[in-house]
Amino acid sequence: MSQVLHTPPPTQAPAEDDLAALAARHGLSVSGARPSLPEYVRQLWDRRHFITAFATAKLTAQYSQAKLGQVWQVMTPLLNAAVYYFIFGVLIGTKHNVPDYVPFLVTGVFIWTFTQSSIMAGTRAISGHLGLVRALHFPRAALPISFALQQLQQLLFSMAALVVILLCFGVPVAASWLLAIPALVLQFTFNAGVSMIVARMGAKTPDLAQLMPFLLRTWMYASGVMFSISRTLEGRPEWIARLLQVNPAAVYIDLMRFALIDSFRAGSLPPHVWAAATGWAVAAGVGGFIYFWKAEETYGRG
Amino acid sequence: MAEHTEARIPTVVADRVDIVYRVNGTGAGRGTATAALNRILRRKQAEKAAGVRRVHAVKNVSFVAYKGEAIGLIGTNGSGKSTLLKAVAGLLPVESGHIHTGGQPSLLGVNAALMSDLTGERNVYLGGLAMGMSREQVKERYQDIVDFSGINEKGDFITLPMRTYSSGMAARLRFSIAAAKDHDVLLIDEALATGDRSFQKRSEQRIRELREQAGTVFLVSHNNKSIRDTCERVLWLERGELRMDGPTEEVMKEYEAFTGDKKPAAKKPAAKKAAAGKPAAKKPAPQADAAKPGAPLPQADAPEPDAPLPQAPQPEAPKAPLPS
Repeated sequence: MSQVLHTPPPTQAPAEDDLAALAARHGLSVSGARPSLPEYVRQLWDRRHFITAFATAKLTAQYSQAKLGQVWQVMTPLLNAAVYYFIFGVLIGTKHNVPDYVPFLVTGVFIWTFTQSSIMAGTRAISGHLGLVRALHFPRAALPISFALQQLQQLLFSMAALVVILLCFGVPVAASWLLAIPALVLQFTFNAGVSMIVARMGAKTPDLAQLMPFLLRTWMYASGVMFSISRTLEGRPEWIARLLQVNPAAVYIDLMRFALIDSFRAGSLPPHVWAAATGWAVAAGVGGFIYFWKAEETYGRG
Repeated sequence: MAEHTEARIPTVVADRVDIVYRVNGTGAGRGTATAALNRILRRKQAEKAAGVRRVHAVKNVSFVAYKGEAIGLIGTNGSGKSTLLKAVAGLLPVESGHIHTGGQPSLLGVNAALMSDLTGERNVYLGGLAMGMSREQVKERYQDIVDFSGINEKGDFITLPMRTYSSGMAARLRFSIAAAKDHDVLLIDEALATGDRSFQKRSEQRIRELREQAGTVFLVSHNNKSIRDTCERVLWLERGELRMDGPTEEVMKEYEAFTGDKKPAAKKPAAKKAAAGKPAAKKPAPQADAAKPGAPLPQADAPEPDAPLPQAPQPEAPKAPLPS
């Protein structure tokens, strides 16, 4: 009459693989097991609409309580650039070294902010959204990718403001502006990859979120966001400048400056810059994805 | 029961499942820098010494759920019901043992994916996509979801941000979004108590439909009535251990006696008093009538050979003395 456990003699423990055998006989799969890599990619592709919708929703929700609303999408990066201009341009006087200093600075700040916010959001992508991870089923890589996408959308707002600034400061419209598109694609891939790496690390060690701002600030000062690396390091051994220039943040910043600002010529770029940009993007993108996938089944453990 | 005669297809097999939570920064080494350093440097070996608390939330639970069953999960607060449900859904890793499932079990709940700053309309889309529906599917069901929630009965509320909703309205919308998808194995965590009476009726109806499509439904609830209305089988968890597994009435009777909720079996007033008298006892407190051979047995008695309703094997059942 009663449905006890449906294992033969009820008073003794079921044989070691009794339940497992029952499950196997009916073709049940182990719950919460990590899918194979191709399967994982397929699942992620199935959720592409969720990824974009989640990114857009986050972006919209961000300023929905503010009176000025979405105007802050453009205001925030502009105010940031203004602060850096005041400190580095006016007080420290970096601007005398650099032609078209304002476009140079603003491009640097916007492009750097894209990488910086993607990585910061990535650090908390899993650890800050445990509720979501524990409630719903989806490939977890959707979260860091979605946050990187949110930052990309944010950057596109900033780029609109940037175009206005460029025109105001007399930078001519040029065909080279189209180079911004491949540069952004590469940078996005790089950011998403790094986001996934730090997302896995942050899921295991949430303390990383406390440490990250310091690492990022160091990285920012090493990447020539508000000064020209080659001019500032003139007189020092050349390899130092080269080293700073091939770091991914500097590569993407310089590429964007090269694309947008006419006075920033190819001579200011390190050699093989496109190869470096692609290399960083592929290495971080593929490596980060595999690294993240390797721990897929552990995300959500409290 | 009816299911015995049909070909019974298992949909969820839990095979001696243990679930352990680890909590940082509590216990012995709390807050001290050396303890924290210790924790980082010697992650595995020194877990305990460094103040990582292990919470053994589910202990050695085994059961098999079949197609067409609606199974209630009951137990006092903190007994591991929701944890077990999440593990069945594959959202929490198990410490040892295995959970095998046919199809993808889904938790009925999208709360975490919704954003209170967005309008109800956008949340319907977001929630639907988060559950794995395609854009077209959400579009197709959008009107049904809104109608079912009854959000628009009192005006055009669906285009307002969700933070402006009353808690009842928000809960109704969440349930409506979550229930819009068909599931293989459906896991429901206390969702039926939301909304007014007419909405509760609609949700119960929807649960029945989902169950017909889904095959298996698990329901966690503290509302004994909704368990009785919806489920024909009940698992009773207490302190992470499976204490009873059987037809709803039998288990509920014991459970109510244990919690001192209603009068138990009318002829056992003593049992009620005994159980109600020490709800906060530190040791596992088997209810007084457990000693009676006729009663379904709680875990402590599992080894008794003539037990009519023996439990899943409980090798580490605490040797609690039975109240005499």
